This record gives sequence, C-alpha cells and structure tokens, in this order.
Amino acid sequence: MKFMVKFSRRGMRRPLIAETVLKTGVLISVERAHIDSMTGELLIDVPDKDAKIISSALTEAGAEVRALERSIVRDEEECVDCGACVSVCPQDVFSFDDEWRLQMEAEKCVLCGKCVIACPHNALKLRE
Amino acid sequence: MKKSIDLINARIREGTARVVTAEEMPDIVSELGAEGALKEVDVVTTGTFGAMCSSGAFFNFGHSDPPIRMGKTWLNDVEAHSGLAAVDAYLGATQESETQGDAYGGAHVLEDLVSGKSVELRATSKGTDCYPRRSITTELLLEDLNQATMCNPRNAYQCYDAATNTSDRTLHTYMGTLLPETGNVSFSGAGTLSPLANDPKYRVTGNGVPIFLCGGQGMIVGPGTQTNPAGGFATLMTTGDMKTMSPDYLRAATFHGYGVSMFLGLGVPIPVLDIDIVKSTAVRDEDITTSIVDYGVPSNKRPLIRKVNYAELRSGRIEINGEEVKTSSMSSYRKARMVAEDLKGWIESSRMELALPTRRFDPTVRVHPMHQTVHTPRVCEIMHQNMPYISENEEIKIAAKNLLKGETNHLPVLDSENRVVGIVTTYDISKSVIRPDAGKLVRDIMTRKVITATPDEAIDTAARKLEKNNISALPVVDESGRLVGLLSAIDLGKLFGGRWKI
Repeated sequence: MKFMVKFSRRGMRRPLIAETVLKTGVLISVERAHIDSMTGELLIDVPDKDAKIISSALTEAGAEVRALERSIVRDEEECVDCGACVSVCPQDVFSFDDEWRLQMEAEKCVLCGKCVIACPHNALKLRE
Repeated sequence: MKKSIDLINARIREGTARVVTAEEMPDIVSELGAEGALKEVDVVTTGTFGAMCSSGAFFNFGHSDPPIRMGKTWLNDVEAHSGLAAVDAYLGATQESETQGDAYGGAHVLEDLVSGKSVELRATSKGTDCYPRRSITTELLLEDLNQATMCNPRNAYQCYDAATNTSDRTLHTYMGTLLPETGNVSFSGAGTLSPLANDPKYRVTGNGVPIFLCGGQGMIVGPGTQTNPAGGFATLMTTGDMKTMSPDYLRAATFHGYGVSMFLGLGVPIPVLDIDIVKSTAVRDEDITTSIVDYGVPSNKRPLIRKVNYAELRSGRIEINGEEVKTSSMSSYRKARMVAEDLKGWIESSRMELALPTRRFDPTVRVHPMHQTVHTPRVCEIMHQNMPYISENEEIKIAAKNLLKGETNHLPVLDSENRVVGIVTTYDISKSVIRPDAGKLVRDIMTRKVITATPDEAIDTAARKLEKNNISALPVVDESGRLVGLLSAIDLGKLFGGRWKI
C-alpha cells in the first residue's frame, strides 16, 4: 500500500522514516522524495498488513499521511490504446491484454508523471 | 492458377467472396499451402492506425454575399493555406493554433469537424472588383461545406525506424518520449497488418486503388511524398471525403515538445490474384524487420543500434548491448485490427469493390536529402582552440589567474589524460571566496556534469544545448573526451550577427 507523507521541517530535523522503521520494525520503501527547506513530501510503499501501524506511527510523529489509491486516471474516450505510456513508466503500470487493449495497474503508480507527458492524446491524468 | 479482379468483384457483388484480414492470412497459408490459400481466399484486408503528420484537407466553403477572395484564412485560429481559388483552402494537420499553441491544431479542427462540432471560419482579403469583401467570420459545420476532401501527401510508411536515445537527457520527439541512456524503444507500424508490408512489390497497391481512410471509403492518389520504394520505404498519397469519416479513426494528438499530429486509420484491401500475392500476404511480424536508430544523435544520419523484427518489438522487451530495454508502440494495434475488420465487413457485405492500379508505382524511385547551397557551419569553425584550461588538482587561485589571463569566464577542467572532467566558471570562483570551507582545489568547486559539443556538430544543435541548459559555453571534445576547443555564446552571437547570414 502506498502513502503520501507530508511533513513540516520546522523544528523537525529528525530522521522520520528511520525512526518509524526502528519503532515499528516494518520495512518502508521510499519511492519518491521531495524535500524543500521547510517541507518534505515522501511517497512510501509498505506491506498492506502493516499499513495501519505505519500510518499511525507517522501521524504520531507529526506527519500528514494520505493513502494513495487510483493515483493515475485514464480517460477511455481519449485513449486509442497506442501504448506510448508503456515503456516510459518506471513501475510497469501499463500493459496490453490479449485484445491489445491497454491495461493499468494503478496501485503500482508512484506519480512520477512521465506517462502524462508521453501520452499524445492527453488521456492520462494524475490524481493528487 | 490465377484469379482475375473481375472474378473477385463478381464474388463481392454476390456476397460470396472469402475475405480475411492480414493477421488471419499467414495461418491460412500455413494450413492450406499457397495454392490452397489462393483458391480459398479472394481478398486480404490490411490496417494501420498511427500518427501521420503529413495529412490535411482541402475545403470549399461556398461563396459569401458579397463575395470574398480569402487571402488569409483561419479555422478555430489555426491558419489554413488559401493561396488557391477564392473560397478554397488547405488545412494541414500539424499547423498550430495562434492562440492555444500546440494544445490545438489542424488535426483538432479536422477531428472537431468529423465529430459534428462547429468550427469558426475567419478570413481576410485585400478586396478586388470581383471579390469586394474584406473580411468574414462565420460558424461552420462539416455539412455546411461544399467539399471537405482529405488529401494526405504522405501516409502508411511501408516500414519505419524504431527509436531509442543513447544521450544523457530525455528527448521529446514525434516518436514519443525517449528516455536517456537507451531507457526505452519506441516504434510505429502495424507489422503483419501493415498495408505495404503485405504488398512490398506494389503489385496491387497503386494509383486509384480504393482504401479505408478514417472510417470512410478513400482512395490512393499515387505514391506519397518522400516515397523511397528502392529503399523499402514507400509511402502513399491518399484522399477521402471527410463527410464519410468517423472520429473513431481520426484523432488529433500532441507530442510533448514536438507539436500537433494526427492519428488516422488506413487500410488497403488486397485482391488475391496469384501465388505471389498469397506469399506476400502471408507475412508475419517475425518476417518484418526494421532498424532501431539513435535519436540521441541530432543528425539526419542517425546511427543504427540494431536490427529488430516486429514480433520482438511487440513482445514489450528486447535486448540492446546485453541489457533488457522496454519497447512500446506509437501506433494502436487494436485500432489497426479494427480497420482491417471493418474493411473486411464492407467487402463481405458488397459495400466496396476492388480495383487494380490505374498506374503502378515505380519501384526504382529513391529519396534524396536536401540539396543545400548554403554551407551549414560546424562547431570546429567557430570554436576557440587556444583556450585556457586547468587540471582538477590545481588550487582555485591558479584557476582564477588562468581565467583573468585568458579574459574568459569558463575554464574546462582536465584529468591527467586531458579528458574533460569538469568546468569552473568565474561564478564558481566567486562562490568559493564567500564559502572558503568548500575546499581549496579546483575539483572541490568544479561542476562535474559538463555539457559538451563535438567539433563536427552543427552549430544549431550546439546553440540548442546552450539554450536548453541555460549555460554560456561548451567545451568541445573529441571521441575520447579530450578537450579540443571551447565554444562560447559570444562566438555564436557573432556568427548570428552576420558572418554566415543565417
């Protein structure tokens, strides 16, 4: 399960993720990180069964935690199933079925946005 | 055994013709043999659906009262060419809107018209005795036009190179997003379903042949522009009545960083006249090869990375230099299938008969590059060769001295073998004065990611590097990365100032 974790860096220079891993014993993969001088934003992936523990541990530590579901959205009217998105995706979100119809596994998405730019038909949008 | 086109058309009229798609044909030939397939199959339908920039349409808007001879013409703010008779115009698919840029273009106007949406026509004129009106603005639907004749100078490439990118930055091309360091491969074309791949000798594909074009019944005008049959890259010029077309098979597109294009569906029906045609329509993805070329090299002669067939490309992953690289298509195979199936349906239901070419293509035609009469300047012609440089292990103070002595702002940093490993600018030196704790040596403060140029690179591509990276000089290096010169924005400025009059 993926979470978007936002935290303020004012008065919080602690190693948030390391502390949470130590405290919970749950392994967290950081899939994307954006740290500014005052705020930080992380996209993390944790095993589904530990989602609750991680979410509450991070919230307790002062972060804002939001579960990420259906993060990439496809407009099926606009999509022509060309597949321009397939090879640019670092997470293998896109594939074809037997009928060469485009399939999406949105739960794998890490919101990098490469496919949004690559789509010639403006059919993909990130839902942040 | 041979079959005549008249026999095939008689069967089509009776509704007894056996029509199969080019995807079904190879298995039929395997099962029945070539002779058996010739007896069994009358028509093979092909199909492709992809970006075809060289597309557009002629319009006749009808005369206004008082009449106008349109000099400049726009449809939804996209300029159409009206250097034709009074109310005729040609709208090209890739022309961009004057108000919306690449978010809307000629292809979007065509799609809107075919989708039944109204489009604003705006035109101006100098006014003449016979056409006194100076301007006009009106809203038009497709049905309001006398003619909306799609005429595409170049469609349905017989074969198209696949693209990859060995450079260190992401490229946004008409072949889609190409990730750096050979991060992906993008290809185009329908493989086994591709029209010209099923008739590579142009036996039955030629002038006047009826085709499927954007959901309507169109026709091949003749060989397309830039056709190169001698090299195996023939193209088709096509035409069709937009009033019969469907937005299912005509889709506007925008390639990020490139601009507007149009995806269209096109299918050619192939009459199965003899054994040679049976054999050519038995072609499979495995039999159709193309080249993967490097778009990272900004030249018309892009280096070949490897040969590949469509079965490999369509599998989603191929190997390049021992590493697995993801592939993806710029054209829709699902839609290509739909084209071939629809075309099959038309012929089975007697809605379309076939015709042989009124004139066949000349297979010896070859495409030529542009004849350039004005010399294209290269980096080596304007770079400095006696530029100062410095070793990475020198003290910053020496770097400052060299900069002053050379009256320059850029100092390439070299390793022991004269390879460029960094660059130091006056800005870096100033920073090191304010923050002395960063270090004392050049290598402590240099920029390590250096954008470089090569001596034989065209100055246009070097200028684009400066602009893209917001920098003002490029070290020029040879094949092994050794410093041979320095190209600065000032040199380019002088050049554009008039020496070569570009």
